[in-house]
Amino acid sequence: MTAAANGNGTAAFVDVRGVHKWFGELQVLDEVDLSVNEHHVVCLIGASGSGKSTLLRCINRLERVEQGEIVVDGQTVTAEKVNVNELRRKIGIVFQAYNLFPHMTVLQNVTLAPRKTRRSSRDEAEAKARLLLRRIGLEDKANEYPDRLSGGQQQRVAIVRALAMEPKLMLLDEITSALDPQLVTDVLALVRELAESGMTMIIATHEMGFAREVADKVCFLDKGQILEEGDPEQIFTDPHEPRTREFLARVLEAEKQA
Amino acid sequence: MHAFHQVAHAFFNPHSFTLALPDVWAGFQVNLHMMVIAEALVLVFALALAIVRGLPGPGAKPLRALAIAYTDFFRGTPIIIVAFFIGFGIPGLQLGYISSRSVVTYGVITLTLVYTAYVTEVYRAGIESVHPSQRAAARSLGLSYAQAMRYVVIPQAVRRVIPPLLNDFVGLQKDTAIVYVIGVTEAASLAQQFSTQNGDFASYVLAAVFFILITIPLARFTDHIVAQREKRERAQAF
Repeated sequence: MTAAANGNGTAAFVDVRGVHKWFGELQVLDEVDLSVNEHHVVCLIGASGSGKSTLLRCINRLERVEQGEIVVDGQTVTAEKVNVNELRRKIGIVFQAYNLFPHMTVLQNVTLAPRKTRRSSRDEAEAKARLLLRRIGLEDKANEYPDRLSGGQQQRVAIVRALAMEPKLMLLDEITSALDPQLVTDVLALVRELAESGMTMIIATHEMGFAREVADKVCFLDKGQILEEGDPEQIFTDPHEPRTREFLARVLEAEKQA
Repeated sequence: MHAFHQVAHAFFNPHSFTLALPDVWAGFQVNLHMMVIAEALVLVFALALAIVRGLPGPGAKPLRALAIAYTDFFRGTPIIIVAFFIGFGIPGLQLGYISSRSVVTYGVITLTLVYTAYVTEVYRAGIESVHPSQRAAARSLGLSYAQAMRYVVIPQAVRRVIPPLLNDFVGLQKDTAIVYVIGVTEAASLAQQFSTQNGDFASYVLAAVFFILITIPLARFTDHIVAQREKRERAQAF
C-alpha cells in the first residue's frame, strides 16, 4: 500500500519519498526520494555534510524526519507508532567509528543483541557468532577486547555484529573513512562478499572505485538533495550535472595526491 | 622541652591508649557497621536516581524534576541538620514502627540520604561520559532503551566513576562520626567520654587512627585503579 511500485511493477524494498530533515535552522535533507530494490546495492556519494549519513540514520530511525515517508520492507519507518526495536532488528547499520562496545569481548559484542532481543540461547548465539568470525578470519580474536584489534579488524567485527541479527537491509555509513589505506581492503572485500550474497545495502562512501564496482545505482547528494542518480558507469563516466562533475573531479584530484 | 612533654602526655600517653582501646574499638565497630550498610544502600539508590535523572522524553519530566529536587536538597543541606531531621524529627512524629528505630538506624538513614545525593551526581557524570555513539550502536542493533543502558552504557559508566565514587565513600566513612549528635554511641563519642573522664586526649588520637587505617586501603585501591586505566589508555594510543 505504502511502497511505491518500481519499473517492474514490484514494490521497492526501501522507499524514501519527499523526505525533509532539519537540524534546527539547518536543512540537511531536502525533498529526498530514493528507492532501492531487494538484493540491490545503492551507493551514496557526495561531500561531507551533503546529508548521506543523515539519510541512513533516518532509514533506521536513529533520526526522525520532519516531512516525508520512509518505507522499508512494507513497514512505514516514519509512522508515529512503530516498534523501533523490532524495525531495527531487520536493519543493520555500521558506523564510521566502528562503535564496538569496549567493555565486551569480540564474541560478547557479536552475541549481545541476538541473545537479548531474539531470546536465542547463549550457545546458539555463540556458535553462530564463531561461524561469522571464522568467515572474516577473526575467530581467534573471539575472546579479545576491541582495543586489541586493528581498526580494520574492529570494523569487520562491527559488520559481523550487525549481520548476527540477520538483517534484511544493511546501511553502511562511511565505514572505511577512519581506516588507514592498507586496512581498507579487507573491509571492502567483506562488503563485496555481502553484495554478492544478495544483501540489500545502502552505502555512504568516499571510495569511488568501490562504488563503481559494487553499486547497482549511485546517488550523488549535494546540500541535502539527490542531485543525480543512475547507473554507476553513467555517473562516473558521463555525469549530467555540473556539480557531480565538479565533485568527481575534486575526489580524483585528491586521490592522485594521496 | 616542657611543651613537648606536655603534648606527648596529653595526646600520646601509652597508658591512656591501653585504657581507651576497648571502648574506642567497640565504638568504631558501630562506625564500621553504619558505613558498610550505608555504602551498600548508596550504591543502589544513587544508581537508580541517576538513571531516573537521565530518562528521556516529556513523560518522565516529573520524575526527573523530583530527582533533581532530591539532589539539590540533600547536597545543599549540612549533614548535621539532616541528622537532626531524621534522628530527632522522625521519632518526634510518633509514627509507630518508623519512629521507634534505633539511633544507629537513623544514622544510617542520614548517611544514605546525603551520600546518595553526591553519588547520584557521580554516576550521572559517568553515564554522560559514555559517548552517544555507544547508545546509538546499541539501539540500532534493536536493543531497547533499558537494554542499551543495562548492557552498554551503565557498565562503562560504572567503571569510569569508581575513583570519584570511592572518594565520596571516604567522606561517608568519616561522616559516620557526625551522627553522634543524634545519640549514636560510636568511636568519636566514646573517645570524647573517655577524654572527659581521663583528662587527656589519647582516646581522640586512637579514634583518628582507626578512621585513617580504613581510609588508606580505599585510597590505595583508588590509586591502583587510576594507574591501571592510565596504563590501558597508554597502550591504546599505539
